[in-house]
Amino acid sequence: MDASVRAREAEKAVSRMEDAEAVLREYNYDKAKLVPILQAVQARYNWLSKELLSYIACALGLPPARVYGVATFYAHFSLKPKGKNIIRLCDGTACHVKGSTAILDALYEKLNIKPDRDSTDDMMFTVETVSCLGACGLAPVMLVNDDVHGQVKPSDIPKIIDDLLAKQGSKTANEVA
Amino acid sequence: MTTPEVKTLTVNGVQVEIHGERNLLEVIRKTGIELPTFCYHSELSVYGACRLCLVEVEKRGIMAACSTPPENGMVIRTDTKQLREIRKINIELLLANHNRECPSCVRSSSCTLQTLARRLGVDTIRYKQRQELEPIDKSSPSLERDPNKCVLCGDCVRVCTEVQGIGAIGFSFRGSKAKVAPAFDKNLAEVECVNCGQCAAVCPTGAIIPHQNREDVWNAIHDPSKIVVAQVAPAVRFALAEFFNQEAGQNAAGKLVAALKKMGFDYVYDTTFTADMTIWEEAEEFLRRVKAGGPFPMFTSCCPGWVKYAEINFPSLAQNLSSCRSPQQMFGATMKEALPDMLGKKREDIVVVSIMPCTAKKYEAGLDKFKVDGNPDVDFVLTTTEIGRMIDSFGIKFNELEQEAFDMPFGFGTGAGVIFGTSGGVMEAALRYAVGKIEGKVPMHGLEFHAVRGSQRFKETSIKAGDAELKIAVVNTLGAAKELAQQAADGKSPYHFIEVMACPGGCVCGGGQPILNDRIKRSRRMEAVYKCDKNMQFKNSLENHMLKDCYEKYLGGQPNSEKAHHLLHTKYENLNGIFDAVEVVEAGKSSRKIAVSVCVTPGKDEKKSAEMLSQILDYADQKGLADKLVVETAFAPSCTKRQAGEVLVGGRFFDGTDLDAVKQGIEEAVAK
Repeated sequence: MDASVRAREAEKAVSRMEDAEAVLREYNYDKAKLVPILQAVQARYNWLSKELLSYIACALGLPPARVYGVATFYAHFSLKPKGKNIIRLCDGTACHVKGSTAILDALYEKLNIKPDRDSTDDMMFTVETVSCLGACGLAPVMLVNDDVHGQVKPSDIPKIIDDLLAKQGSKTANEVA
Repeated sequence: MTTPEVKTLTVNGVQVEIHGERNLLEVIRKTGIELPTFCYHSELSVYGACRLCLVEVEKRGIMAACSTPPENGMVIRTDTKQLREIRKINIELLLANHNRECPSCVRSSSCTLQTLARRLGVDTIRYKQRQELEPIDKSSPSLERDPNKCVLCGDCVRVCTEVQGIGAIGFSFRGSKAKVAPAFDKNLAEVECVNCGQCAAVCPTGAIIPHQNREDVWNAIHDPSKIVVAQVAPAVRFALAEFFNQEAGQNAAGKLVAALKKMGFDYVYDTTFTADMTIWEEAEEFLRRVKAGGPFPMFTSCCPGWVKYAEINFPSLAQNLSSCRSPQQMFGATMKEALPDMLGKKREDIVVVSIMPCTAKKYEAGLDKFKVDGNPDVDFVLTTTEIGRMIDSFGIKFNELEQEAFDMPFGFGTGAGVIFGTSGGVMEAALRYAVGKIEGKVPMHGLEFHAVRGSQRFKETSIKAGDAELKIAVVNTLGAAKELAQQAADGKSPYHFIEVMACPGGCVCGGGQPILNDRIKRSRRMEAVYKCDKNMQFKNSLENHMLKDCYEKYLGGQPNSEKAHHLLHTKYENLNGIFDAVEVVEAGKSSRKIAVSVCVTPGKDEKKSAEMLSQILDYADQKGLADKLVVETAFAPSCTKRQAGEVLVGGRFFDGTDLDAVKQGIEEAVAK
């Protein structure tokens, strides 16, 4: 590996741990605050790496197995990297009946997400299904980052994605694909 | 009539007094009703997961007895139609998720799931068997994990966390995906497990079992070119009878010797012999420290669970650990030194088989430092239950055997060696020797130290020996040891000598013993140890004259001689940091790579660690070693005691102040 790339990677890793350290300090290295600590660290990186979890365990004096247990218990925590944009499609009873499955298919097709994966190759998008967003009146409902889209039809999907990309000044998904 | 102050409740129509019981389960069991449980252990916290101890409390409904405190006037029924059905369904559901290979399971006949299915009358299982199987974790030399037999009672998780203070395994995921596993689904051998086997000892099924070496030993026995030598640890004899359905607390040494001879072991010796040897070495080491004024406290090193625990968590205590090998390893080294000469055989043709109460001994025997040219000092380690099964499979009627004596000369031990099997025993044996020697009164009959006996997790006393006042502590369980180790690491320990055994009560309750989950059996085994000691003619290791001969012939004449040091002492590794957050900086292409981790403490001395990292990378490039190394940063939080710039080279620790030493370490590790 090139020496400068090497140095950059090492620096990035150090800064990740520094961020975790700042969170830990804020919570006074309190074991009882494990969940809020994990939330705060995840908020920064969208996901929790094995290295970060080990680091947090070590700092709190907790067995890594315990921290891993908490992180895998809650669906909120992700142990896999997530894309820049997160799409949460509701698959609760109401949304399911109103055809959320077809919307999921449309999302996969538009974003070109491969089977058994939930993120695009360029890590721009991650698609998740969630149990209920609490907006059954808008079924089928979908969250794109923090924006709510209600009564979505599969044919709406390409526009929603393209609009978002245009807003972010990126290439459209089709161009990426 | 009961007096008004005494609270009572009714169990199945019978009035029962409440006398400080913590939960309904205890009250009900007092009445002679054995409510079924998986997850209840009186010595662990109440978990309430298995839902088998359900009872009906009038006006309240169905409740778990283990987690309901008894109250005055409660009316309880333990066996209604509904309760029977619920319990049965619970067992059926567990069985549907269970890999039911019962006849070939190591725990067949000692399995709680099997017993309860029979007791509760589960004749059919109406649910479909789970098809997909999780892989079995055979990575550890000591323990085997089969997640397909786990009932998620959490006993192993709680014993590891609450009793041992480790938490190498924990619950992960949830709902139908919930499982017990080490962090990040790693293998047991890759995490901070110290191999004590208490998880296997509390597991109600075959989900965690001691790694089985029975076939290895049969192969050795059936190989005519091999001389197979057994050593029997003190604690084994006080529990083996239980395997053959006898009362707890019997000494089965004589029958075990007879059985081993029948099975084809060529020589049957006693680890008590090298327990005495350990005392010669260890007590001399202690006396030397007393003379030199330290370093104190000295910790015993007989227990491989404790030694690994200290290597992982308290590497700074390496000089406090006695340098003595454990009796098992002293025995192996002595045999492979003496027997080739005695029998005119080659080292490779001598097979030393240890019979141990312990699963960690399997790990210990496999360590590279206890091998000579790849040939281990101890070839195989069998647990008490493994030897029980081997005796069974040979068709020997154990209970009807005539007792036989150990072979000489390595089968001779004193009472001091025998008491090694229980918490406080190693300390008492060392004190008999050391105090006897300091006061110049050997043999000293009736030299007993009752303050160090008993099953309490922590015992301390101070002893006058000559002019010296020695402060002594004895702990069992690693949870209890942690506090004393921390105190010593902080330089605040008031003690001179500390004995540590990882298992509750010591080796008699080791992870390889027949399953026991009650305190009465534990104390019976401990009592049996001291009863045996009482019956021994010699009670001080100093009086082991066979040992004296052995030293003269094979070990350089006396304890701590150069040869004795070479064969009977050891050095400790620094295993700390291997579980830290690690990120690979550069990995070579060779198939066999040495890990070089540089400690980085974010926000503290970052320059120092960056400097160290680049120096190591430059050095690797210069010397053309880059392909043989994995260079990584190990991140240590600033609240820990890890210092920036510390380096681990293939497990060897360098404090980072001397770059040349690190370079040399890398070169040595690569050359090995």
